[in-house]
Amino acid sequence: MADYKSLYQEVILDHNKKPRNYGTIECPSHHAVGHNPLCGDHITVDVVVDEGRISNIAFQGESCAICKASASMMTTSVKGKTREEAETLIQEFLAMTTGRVPHEACPHIGRLAVFSGVKDLPTRVKCAILPWHTLNGAFNAVGTTSTEADADPMQTPIGDA
Amino acid sequence: MNAIQTALETRSSSLLDVENIRADFPILGITVNDKPLVYLDNAASSQMPRQVIDRLVHYQTKQHANIHRGVHYLSEVATSEFEVARRKLQHFINAREEREVIFTSGTTEAINLVMHGYGRKYICAGDEIILTTLEHHANIVPWQMLAEEKGARIRVVPVNDAGELLVDEYEKLFNERTKFVGVTHVSNALGSINPVKEMIAFAHARGVPVLVDGAQAAPHTAVDVQDLDCDFYAFSGHKLCGPTGIGILYGRASILEDMQPFKGGGDMILSVTFEKTTYNTIPHKFEAGTPPIAAAIGLGAAVDYLSGIGMDAIAAHEHALLKYATDQVQSMPGVRIIGTAGQKAAVLSFAVNGVHPHDIGTLLNQEGIAVRTGHHCAQPVMQRFKVPATSRASFAFYNTLDEVDALVAGIRNVQKIFT
Repeated sequence: MADYKSLYQEVILDHNKKPRNYGTIECPSHHAVGHNPLCGDHITVDVVVDEGRISNIAFQGESCAICKASASMMTTSVKGKTREEAETLIQEFLAMTTGRVPHEACPHIGRLAVFSGVKDLPTRVKCAILPWHTLNGAFNAVGTTSTEADADPMQTPIGDA
Repeated sequence: MNAIQTALETRSSSLLDVENIRADFPILGITVNDKPLVYLDNAASSQMPRQVIDRLVHYQTKQHANIHRGVHYLSEVATSEFEVARRKLQHFINAREEREVIFTSGTTEAINLVMHGYGRKYICAGDEIILTTLEHHANIVPWQMLAEEKGARIRVVPVNDAGELLVDEYEKLFNERTKFVGVTHVSNALGSINPVKEMIAFAHARGVPVLVDGAQAAPHTAVDVQDLDCDFYAFSGHKLCGPTGIGILYGRASILEDMQPFKGGGDMILSVTFEKTTYNTIPHKFEAGTPPIAAAIGLGAAVDYLSGIGMDAIAAHEHALLKYATDQVQSMPGVRIIGTAGQKAAVLSFAVNGVHPHDIGTLLNQEGIAVRTGHHCAQPVMQRFKVPATSRASFAFYNTLDEVDALVAGIRNVQKIFT
């Protein structure tokens, strides 16, 4: 049985209340919009990659606590890292939250392990991974073109019934 | 009056023996996250009593074969039981004739049937279809598809801040191009009960037929299609304590007879050659292929069950639950009820300041409480009330005041966690 209480831990509630790197960046080198049709949530991610390293990152949007905290902690986790390091972290985060790999087996996940509980909440996995999808979309877009999450190859369809 | 007094009054005035009724529903006894299930998502789907489950088992173990075909024993039994179910549904909605009752897969298919069978035949370029802001996507999207195909236009009846349709505005939308009206009897997102009888009379005075989406109304109130005088009435079995995959389209016989078939196939024909096919009579013209026989028979048992309790008693109990819940929730600081129509079915949509509905849903689920969070397939309603989504508690006749108390305590807990 999932330990649901572990999902709404202090650190997540704190990042929801006081999101870090919240806002937009004027001239990002990469930008994407992520959308979760299940709940209407959407976030934007702006990134500045400078000589292969993420020198600045920001996010903005309307979302639930899980999504906002995930985005906030994502920005603090990848800031200063190389794009390759960030991409490794994206893969580890997705593997952990979808339950494919336990968080103990994710060498770079660190304190992002607080999100491991969502693997037992299928309807909430999307909330946690939306920022990471969006960052991935930003990296893989041509120039600064926006990419909708629907066009994101990592995105799986979500019904609205 | 304080909550306890209200509760005492409600408890003593309730017409239902809820404890005994709950014993009919095996699923209400389960636990979720080690807490007793509090099921408040009845507007999405209701639960099934033992009587319906047993009927399904009896059918599958003693009566199943394909219908309207074989001359053998089982086929005759299955056909007879299927048609008995149709008559039960006829009486449930007080249709004049059983051939006016068409089995569909649900409300969505029923509306699509009308769009294809009626809309594509009679609605032309420049014609107008009137819908309302309160429609479920199922009563919007088919008409948009038709409008796009034909070059027709959708007009939308607005609502006031309480979530009540503006009937004056509805009447102003009519002109010589108005060819069809689609209106929901009860809003799934807000619970508003719409004045459909008056709206139908107004449309009929101008020769315009009306489809009523009854998905949320049929489970909560006695439906009389003759009294409403509607041309079409659509509803789903799984919101009526019946199985999924079955629903009803009521249609006025004279209109159904002139309509185009929706799906082609077996059972909907009288004769087929490669030169010409002659369609069957109604309702069979609209029931191509093998229908969900067990589900139809199960739905027959479900309406027997509901009629046994009495739709008026069900409505009265649900109204008492709604009033008790509304009184409590509207007095909570930081909680806003969305949808405050004077006439409401047992739906309570609400927003909690600073907390996203999905977080509310997950935290309530932690307490064993099932509510629906999201846009409820009614995005125009969300846009009208400027919220991305709401949390929705929807009550059935088997819910109790204690369960309302659990919901209120659950919302308080959410607020505590997020402060």
